[in-house]
Amino acid sequence: MIHLFLKRLGQAAFVCWSVGTLGFALMRLLPGDMAFRIAAGRYGYDQVNLAAAEAVRAELGLDRPAWRLYLEWLFDLLRLDLGDSLVSGLPVLGEILHLLGHTLLLAGAAMLIAILIAVPVGLFAAFRAEGWFDRAALVASAFLRAQPVFVIGLLLLLIFALELRLFPVAGFDGARYLVLPAIALALSMAAVSNRVVRHSAGAVIASAFFAFARVKGLSFAQAFVRHGLRNGALPVLAFLGIQLAGAIEGIVMIESLFSWPGLGHGLAHAVFNRDVPMIQGAAMTLGLIFVGLNLAVDLACHLVDPRGRSDE
Amino acid sequence: MRLRLKPGQRIGAAVLVGLAGFAVLEWLLNAGDPAAQDLANAFAPPSLGEPLGTDQFGRSMLARMGAALRLSLLLSLLCVTTSASLGIALGVVAGWRRGLLDRVLSFFLNLLLALPGLVLILLFAGLAPGSLPMLYLAISLVLWVEYFRVVRAIARGVVASPPMQASRMLGFGRLYCFRRHLWPAMLAPLLSLAAFGAAGAILALAALGFVSVGLKPPTAELGLMMVELFPYYSDAPWVLAQPVLAVFLLVLGLQLLAGKHP
Repeated sequence: MIHLFLKRLGQAAFVCWSVGTLGFALMRLLPGDMAFRIAAGRYGYDQVNLAAAEAVRAELGLDRPAWRLYLEWLFDLLRLDLGDSLVSGLPVLGEILHLLGHTLLLAGAAMLIAILIAVPVGLFAAFRAEGWFDRAALVASAFLRAQPVFVIGLLLLLIFALELRLFPVAGFDGARYLVLPAIALALSMAAVSNRVVRHSAGAVIASAFFAFARVKGLSFAQAFVRHGLRNGALPVLAFLGIQLAGAIEGIVMIESLFSWPGLGHGLAHAVFNRDVPMIQGAAMTLGLIFVGLNLAVDLACHLVDPRGRSDE
Repeated sequence: MRLRLKPGQRIGAAVLVGLAGFAVLEWLLNAGDPAAQDLANAFAPPSLGEPLGTDQFGRSMLARMGAALRLSLLLSLLCVTTSASLGIALGVVAGWRRGLLDRVLSFFLNLLLALPGLVLILLFAGLAPGSLPMLYLAISLVLWVEYFRVVRAIARGVVASPPMQASRMLGFGRLYCFRRHLWPAMLAPLLSLAAFGAAGAILALAALGFVSVGLKPPTAELGLMMVELFPYYSDAPWVLAQPVLAVFLLVLGLQLLAGKHP
């Protein structure tokens, strides 16, 4: 248990360090003098002059050696001081927290819908393996899986927002705006996971212990609830950990497509504007969400499967 | 040894050959300029002269689709070759020799896996916006991890297996052991991985173009074309459909070719 936490904590630390280092390198690579740019951010590009830039340089100590600046940069990270956005001039941390809420809302809604689709479809396909429903689910999954998540989003947008005008096109102003992006994300997640549910449930039903449970007189439903669910859940949970990376990537694309005011959109926007503190903050937060979700999956596996606990 | 393709894999290969054939033939026979504008002729419907119509600037969609497909296919090929050779070389060494190098590489691998691939690619895209070499580097950096993991796991098992031990004791060299024992064992999963990796590279390129942080206009790139043409959906849906269909077919072909997920 402790080992799980330590491993993920190490990953979280690495996310902060690597993104911070890249951010530091990015800041140096931007064209133009850094002191001048910060001064321009403070006073506006019309008011800035050489004296103001020199004052900023002296104040922030930008003429010191790079390794000291680098250490200070990392130290600021430790104190959660992510600096100010180069575009808006506001502290990055506040903006990130604002975006984070929207991203978590979208991600939560998408995961919920994905589970609501994938588990029933997968289980039903497994109960009637090789039947028409199983085959239809296979074809639909292959079809959905073959397109990038933004094409699914684009098609939903064209059909439900532009043609049928059932839902708004983009932005965020209430629950109606959540529907299309959440469904797009959920469809791309469920396309793969319903097959994983089907295979793991199918494996359980074909197993010897399940046959024994039926032979000793349990009904199919009793046997499945008592013996099948936990065993079937394990591969699904393990797969969820793999799928999370795809889910985070999907969030970046779907948020950009629907102009959803979340971290992914913020990150793409910041890269476009070369707003380095914002790039750093958004990428770091997405990385930390990823690590946190992986930890949640680890813990769920730990809770569901008593076998892993015995060797501690 | 010969690889026998399943029916599904054959369909996938056929789709890919068709797309690649279109890209190459367009280059050889048509050789139109994908950036040449003809504003008077914007959104021309498909005709004999312009079989795929023209876009919002009157640029030939035939030339643009050809250029975009060549770009996607070449980049994915390049990324897969680079990341596969790197991953295979390091994976074999790490799985065979174990020791310090194995531990260092595995540590590094766990760290790389802590960040979702696309976020890492986005960070590199931020380093040098609109630069193709940077995208190539970033995508390869994300892809090699998979090869390394799979190859290392296979190499560990094979090195400890009786046939390989026998070969070693009979005095055969490392190269022979690699060719005779390791390579045949890892070929099938590697081909599957390569197809998935190519699909991943194509998707990453299109995704970056789609969120406008990848290559810059007027480059003909599938994701970029989708965003550029999306506002004109009601005027010319058939033009928007082309890049969408191309990405769909590319990824579908590669996934069919890959067969079952390893």
